[in-house]
Amino acid sequence: MSRLRAAALAFAAIVVPFAAGAAEQVNVYTYRETKLVQPLFDAFTKDTGIAVNVISASSGLEQRIKAEGAESPADVLLTVDIGRIDDAVAAGISQPINSAVIDEIVPAQFRDPNGHWAGISMRARVIYASKDRVKQETITYEELADPKWKGKICIRSGQHIYNNALFAAYVAKHGEAKAEEWLRGLKANLAQKPSGGDRETARDVAAGKCDLGIGNTYYWALMQKDPDKKAWADATRVVLPTFEGGGTHVNLSGVLLTKNAPNKANAVKLIEWLAGEKAQQIYADANYEYPIRPGVALNPVIAGYGKLKPDPLPIAQIAANRKAAATLVDKVGFDN
Amino acid sequence: MRTAPSASDTELVVLVLALLTALLVAAPVISLVLIALQPAGEVWSHLIAYVLPRAVGDTALLIAGVGTLTLLIGTGTAWLVSSHDFPGRAALIWLLPLPLSVPTYLSAYVYVDLFEPLGLVHRALSALMPPAEAVQWLPQMRSLPGAMLLLALVLYPYVYLSARAVFQAQGTDAIEAARTLGAGRFTILCRVVLPMARPALAVGVALAALETLNDIGASEYLGVRTLTVSVFTTWLNRGSLAGAAQLSLVLLGFAALLIAIERIGRRNASVELSAESPRLRSRTRLDGAKGGLATAACLLPPLFGFVLPAGFLLGESVRRSLSIGIDPALWRDALHTVTLAALATVIALALGLIVVLAARWREERTTRAAVTVTQLGYALPGLVLALGLLTPVLVIDGTIANLFRAFGYPSPGLILMSTGGAVVAAYVIRFLAVPTGLVKAGFDRIPRDYDDSARAAGAGRLITLWKIDLPLLRPALVGAAILVFVDCLKELPATLLLRPLNVETLSTSIYQYASRGSFEDGALAALIIVAASIPPVVWLTRFSDLPE
Repeated sequence: MSRLRAAALAFAAIVVPFAAGAAEQVNVYTYRETKLVQPLFDAFTKDTGIAVNVISASSGLEQRIKAEGAESPADVLLTVDIGRIDDAVAAGISQPINSAVIDEIVPAQFRDPNGHWAGISMRARVIYASKDRVKQETITYEELADPKWKGKICIRSGQHIYNNALFAAYVAKHGEAKAEEWLRGLKANLAQKPSGGDRETARDVAAGKCDLGIGNTYYWALMQKDPDKKAWADATRVVLPTFEGGGTHVNLSGVLLTKNAPNKANAVKLIEWLAGEKAQQIYADANYEYPIRPGVALNPVIAGYGKLKPDPLPIAQIAANRKAAATLVDKVGFDN
Repeated sequence: MRTAPSASDTELVVLVLALLTALLVAAPVISLVLIALQPAGEVWSHLIAYVLPRAVGDTALLIAGVGTLTLLIGTGTAWLVSSHDFPGRAALIWLLPLPLSVPTYLSAYVYVDLFEPLGLVHRALSALMPPAEAVQWLPQMRSLPGAMLLLALVLYPYVYLSARAVFQAQGTDAIEAARTLGAGRFTILCRVVLPMARPALAVGVALAALETLNDIGASEYLGVRTLTVSVFTTWLNRGSLAGAAQLSLVLLGFAALLIAIERIGRRNASVELSAESPRLRSRTRLDGAKGGLATAACLLPPLFGFVLPAGFLLGESVRRSLSIGIDPALWRDALHTVTLAALATVIALALGLIVVLAARWREERTTRAAVTVTQLGYALPGLVLALGLLTPVLVIDGTIANLFRAFGYPSPGLILMSTGGAVVAAYVIRFLAVPTGLVKAGFDRIPRDYDDSARAAGAGRLITLWKIDLPLLRPALVGAAILVFVDCLKELPATLLLRPLNVETLSTSIYQYASRGSFEDGALAALIIVAASIPPVVWLTRFSDLPE
């Protein structure tokens, strides 16, 4: 059986790439879970007849593409945050997308100045506040370090990519010294050691372990949909915090065209299609994210958070401060 | 006194294969060293100041805690079922190894879900007192002690299995001699049985400790910042692959230290059975309260390590299958998983046997080094191993592609990467330590007199191996096969990074659900991993059960 299978695999390995030129296809490496992106790719295939092959992982894809070199089958890299896309560009595995469609649709703030990547959807890092115990309507990120919240805040590891990006934005806005002071204040306000995920954070708030939890917008919406977890979401409300004089911190799902893309034309088609109205609507409804394309309707749950005003800081500047943020997290012993 | 063996063709072939195997395992480590040679800038001063003291401390504590707990639970339960009869023993014998079938990250998800506020336990407590007060009674699973307990409950079978194999085959002579001299049961356990079992116990604890060192999913989720977790943050957030590689080498040093401790532990305890066939000891009957205590002691570990998490997954699977239906992709994922795991198991077993044989046949520095090297793969966290493996695998793929072109054919692309060959290689490298360790422990218990007599009677190396050694090694081989197979089913980070396009395994599919914050949706896939691991574990228990 296993010998047969091995022979079949070897055969497939030799035949499939030969046949590859025949059918129209595009190969996507993604940090998005396949189950989330599959509906998008299915719709794309239906619209264009181009088959989409996917591999998803949690880390290391840019290293894989780099190591695969000129033989790499990868056409497109899809990420869930700006950190990875920044790493990918730094690793030299990208090329400019050169698409007038993308330049027109995606706001400049959410694109690489050199055209190597573009944002496809947005998520905001927000506050899950206890409905019973928190009356304050608006909260700033700066205020999270205010001693009035002492012992009242829950958050996941400070080294998690979502927190890393939020802290990097703080560094970009206020400088390292201020950011360190703020992180120490936030650390002092924590109800417990950072651990778990955003979902556990909401749960801790609902159970009264803390009054404020820091999490991403879509987790809350996903809880609303699940009858088992609706209670966690129902005990909390989402507050869209802002930076003083700025807006809410957002992170991007980004897309990048690889340097050696064997199906370049199809890859560009896919990237443009992802920014199209149909794809953006799927993003909004299936993933509970903010569409990157102006004019696409928000999912009602997300719209219920209030009007999002994304912070104007260019995403590239946040990416540039990731290391500094990671250093500060260790320095103040945030996770200890 | 044995004379130095003369080198036969068989021996040379085995030696060469053993050295190639060592090279295979060393390949990702070498490529990691090359990455680590690149300058990592100011990373180290930061790591030394802020990260390492904490990470090394937490890692050491976690390993010490898990090691102690697995040793106590594994040895204690193995001793009870091997030397005593008590109510429920027959069922407990196959229940005790079952926690092995639960991946640590799944166990962590389940326990946190159960014991977190608003979870099942909290809701039950809330029936007795106000919910706010009930919160105070919940154990803090997301903590260092929580992680120790959780990992130990899943990993103790490593110790249990090796301890039971030894206790069961324990020759009666020494024990009867001790008894004649008036030693009590406890004295016999401490002064005779345990010292004789020490090599096997050391292997079991070392496996559990290495598994702990490797764990990333559970530790990170529970908020324990081990060295392994630090490798990842260094790489991902500080963008320093070189720094991460250097840190991985520190981790590797940690593992080498564990392996060395295990070696030293067994150096003075090389126990070989006498040449007469070992007689089995009869078991002592425990009745009444003592029997009840023994039953409880053997029931609790599998109850918390297996029944509870598996029951939770079963409940969630049924609920979700009824309301949402079953994802048709699941069966295809299961087929992928089993194929990759089975291939890797067969290869790992063959290579493990070859390496140990080479060392037994030719005792010299190179073969000893080969054994040591094959154990290092286990020390590499899956993702670090995968990263290290990328370069060597792609060098091979590139060479094959160039050969095609040289002969005028179009390039076949990246063959190892596109067929899952890279995943199988990662599994083999990662888990080769298991067959090597168990087969070596098995060989240590086969008196050399056997080999020597067979050889003196004119049997060649292979005949001796086939007729004498392999039958005696069967429990060790079957045990190794099962451990490797189950480990492969559960493996996540290397599978995620190295698998071909459009291929999902059960664990990668669970991961996808978990990273959306709804791992219960992957309960069925998780349950299949657990269920698929049960028959092999039962099989192992039956095979290692000597005729009574």
